[in-house]
Amino acid sequence: MNRAQKNRLKDKVFKGLGITATFLGIVILAIFIGFILYQGMERISWEFVMSLPSRFAEQSGIYTAWMGTVWVLVCTTLISFPLGVGAGIYLEEYGKKNWWNTFLEINISNLAGVPSVIYGLLGLGVFVRMMKMGNSILAGSLTLSLLILPVIIVSTREALRAVPSTIKEASVAMGASKWQTIWHQILPASFGGILTGVILALSRAVGETAPLIVVGALVYVPFAPTSPLDEFTVLPVQIFNWVTRPQQEFVINAAAGIIVLLGITFVMNGIAVYLRNKWQSKMNW
Amino acid sequence: MESDSQSSNPKTTQVETKPKLNSKHQSYKLQAQNVDVFYEDFQAINNISLGIVENSITAFIGPSGCGKSTFLRLFNRMNDYIDGFSMNGNILMDGKDIYDESVNVEELRKIVGMVFQKPNPFPKSIYENVAYGLRIQGIKDEEYIENRVIESLKQSTLYSEVEDNLDKMALSLSGGQQQRLCIARALAVKPTVLLMDEPTSALDPISSGKIEDLIHELKEDYTIVIVTHNMQQAGRVSDNTAFLYMGNLVEYGDTQKIFTNPEKDRTQNYITGRFG
Amino acid sequence: MSRKLKEQIIEKVLAFCALVTILTTIGIVLILLVEAVGFFQEVSIVDFLTGTEWTPLFADKSYGILPLISGTLLTTFIAIAVALPIGLTIAVYLNEYAPRKLQKVVKPLLEVLAVVPTVVYGFFALMIVTPFLKIFIPDLSGFNALSPGIVMGIMIIPFVSSLSEDALDAVPDSLRQASYGMGSTKFQTAFRVLVPAASSGIVVSVILAISRAIGETMIVAIAAGQNPQFTFDPTVPIETITAYIVQVSSGDVPQGTIAYKTIFAAGITLFVLTFILNNISYWIKSRYQEKYE
Repeated sequence: MNRAQKNRLKDKVFKGLGITATFLGIVILAIFIGFILYQGMERISWEFVMSLPSRFAEQSGIYTAWMGTVWVLVCTTLISFPLGVGAGIYLEEYGKKNWWNTFLEINISNLAGVPSVIYGLLGLGVFVRMMKMGNSILAGSLTLSLLILPVIIVSTREALRAVPSTIKEASVAMGASKWQTIWHQILPASFGGILTGVILALSRAVGETAPLIVVGALVYVPFAPTSPLDEFTVLPVQIFNWVTRPQQEFVINAAAGIIVLLGITFVMNGIAVYLRNKWQSKMNW
Repeated sequence: MESDSQSSNPKTTQVETKPKLNSKHQSYKLQAQNVDVFYEDFQAINNISLGIVENSITAFIGPSGCGKSTFLRLFNRMNDYIDGFSMNGNILMDGKDIYDESVNVEELRKIVGMVFQKPNPFPKSIYENVAYGLRIQGIKDEEYIENRVIESLKQSTLYSEVEDNLDKMALSLSGGQQQRLCIARALAVKPTVLLMDEPTSALDPISSGKIEDLIHELKEDYTIVIVTHNMQQAGRVSDNTAFLYMGNLVEYGDTQKIFTNPEKDRTQNYITGRFG
Repeated sequence: MSRKLKEQIIEKVLAFCALVTILTTIGIVLILLVEAVGFFQEVSIVDFLTGTEWTPLFADKSYGILPLISGTLLTTFIAIAVALPIGLTIAVYLNEYAPRKLQKVVKPLLEVLAVVPTVVYGFFALMIVTPFLKIFIPDLSGFNALSPGIVMGIMIIPFVSSLSEDALDAVPDSLRQASYGMGSTKFQTAFRVLVPAASSGIVVSVILAISRAIGETMIVAIAAGQNPQFTFDPTVPIETITAYIVQVSSGDVPQGTIAYKTIFAAGITLFVLTFILNNISYWIKSRYQEKYE
């Protein structure tokens, strides 16, 4: 075999390797999910969804867990959405090139890299203890809001940047003030993109476990929460609790819980992707 | 040429032709006095002084990068937000310095409308595009807004083409229609000055022709300043022409004269296409 | 209210939103410091950093962080050993070989790997991967570093692949064409021209992946065990810094006790590690962006 042939062979081998690598992760994930479905599907029932947790695996359900997840999701949205979008607007539209804004940006990129369990320690120290919120939904939601803030800020800025500067110019030239331009032109034009980013960030919050365990999302909560100051647990924490029990029946419960959690995560991501595509096709200038 | 008391300035060596006041209009609507513009260290405009006659069309011509767009954007302060922008000298409108601290930039831009190089309608309906300027002024009277929208669309000769679907997205219009929509949008707030930054450069010849006709008609009511790199266009539409080169005003005066008998060789060379 | 005043108020409100991020950082640093200082008043920092026994919850207490660090590094190393070759291969394949259409389908699919909650990956590691590995390694303990390390590696594949692909994509086309013009194959172009040219971006992606793996909590908390051991044997139960924090938090440790303070001492160690890595990557990124602009 001469050199050229050898090189061509290498090329072909790598191509095969590339295809394998690309689909390896996806295939493994598919196998995992298949396994989960196989194990947990039998447990999925109306009763499972509507039952309180119990010492007995067969009577145990995820009612308090998903109620807690919904509460946390709503509170986290209410806190992180305005904060994150506001900060994104500030940095993208008002920020000038000076040391303060450079510092803000470096800080945000740093926060994005802080492990989520550290946010849990922050929430434990500040919200649970210092502000005396206890192991409440509010404390958990505030913690998660800070955790996803960098993600929302970054995606908001990207969406704002995608609005052509010609639109801003046209508005400003009409005598619109800065905020009028942002409110009437830039935000409507970038809203799809912003919403996509926020939903993706929230779907991450829904799956977060470690920071909520640290702020004390109790593993056993006998009642569904009725106010933001109530104690709570969430789906991922409930799953963690079940996984760590030795009995096989609880493992099946965990698998069933995972099916529900994955369902929520995938639906949220699906909505985000749908919105992004719709927004991109509508907003091509 | 009529003599004029305000224009010549001892510092401006390169300006030798005098801005012409024709008999009907006796005042300058806009005036630049010894204007320098810098972007960081780069000097984009070098000591330009000129006066623009009310209800006339003034064209700024010159090779790309000569500073004509920068100069145009001084008149509605659109350069203000560019990082590193700074200027010396004065820009007067009706005799008042528009860069004075007491001037509200937003108010200024309401009376100095602008049309851009590339049509840039908002991603909204045709109606809302034209109504935008009125809405941000806080006008709530829907009947008044509707009247202004229709009137402006008629003025910009677009009305007959869109009257049945004012709710249609503006982005669905053709390029030429979009540009006339942008003109209507600028007109709706009743400005007195209209700045046009190469308004036809992104359009086909037929659409360009329509816009040129429109510009001619608008001259009755507005003072129009147009930047163009299209020599024929400047010759066709403008009353006065200023030729800029590398941030300097080379020659300024009656369009007819600039095109037929310019005083500077450089103007002559540019107009006949020897450079640019 | 005048327009101008309103504008100013709005700007102040928005600026406050941005300020929250600074407050967050200050909050993290302060909380960790205050509790950790309390801890280091009772435990010498030298013992903490050099001790090979970590038994704060036992009667016979030792506070050497090295077992937690070795556990963290071990799982991280395994994860990177999985994610780097696969992620980089994917990046090169997608950038140089794959048709545009396939790229469009595959990229969002890969992102799914990063979307799955980590507690779910923990379940996979414990219930599927460990039993599977036992077929080949009969001595493998039910809790071990290997299985969660591998699963973590699968999870961070999209980090490596998408950031590396961005870096490859940023290489000017002229370089690519120059290489093809000299008769190079795609493989030669990719590994002799593109990968070296994009090396700083690839390094950034790897550093971020390492930082991510170090901070990953639930997979190791579920599948690696709760046995802090100073060892690099991937087949035995270990404990990572993050898993320790979760272990203590899920129990009922009273505030003010030294056991409570250990999670902040562990937390600050974790924070410093990831902070350094993130800043190295930020620094490389800002330098290399200049190169192509």
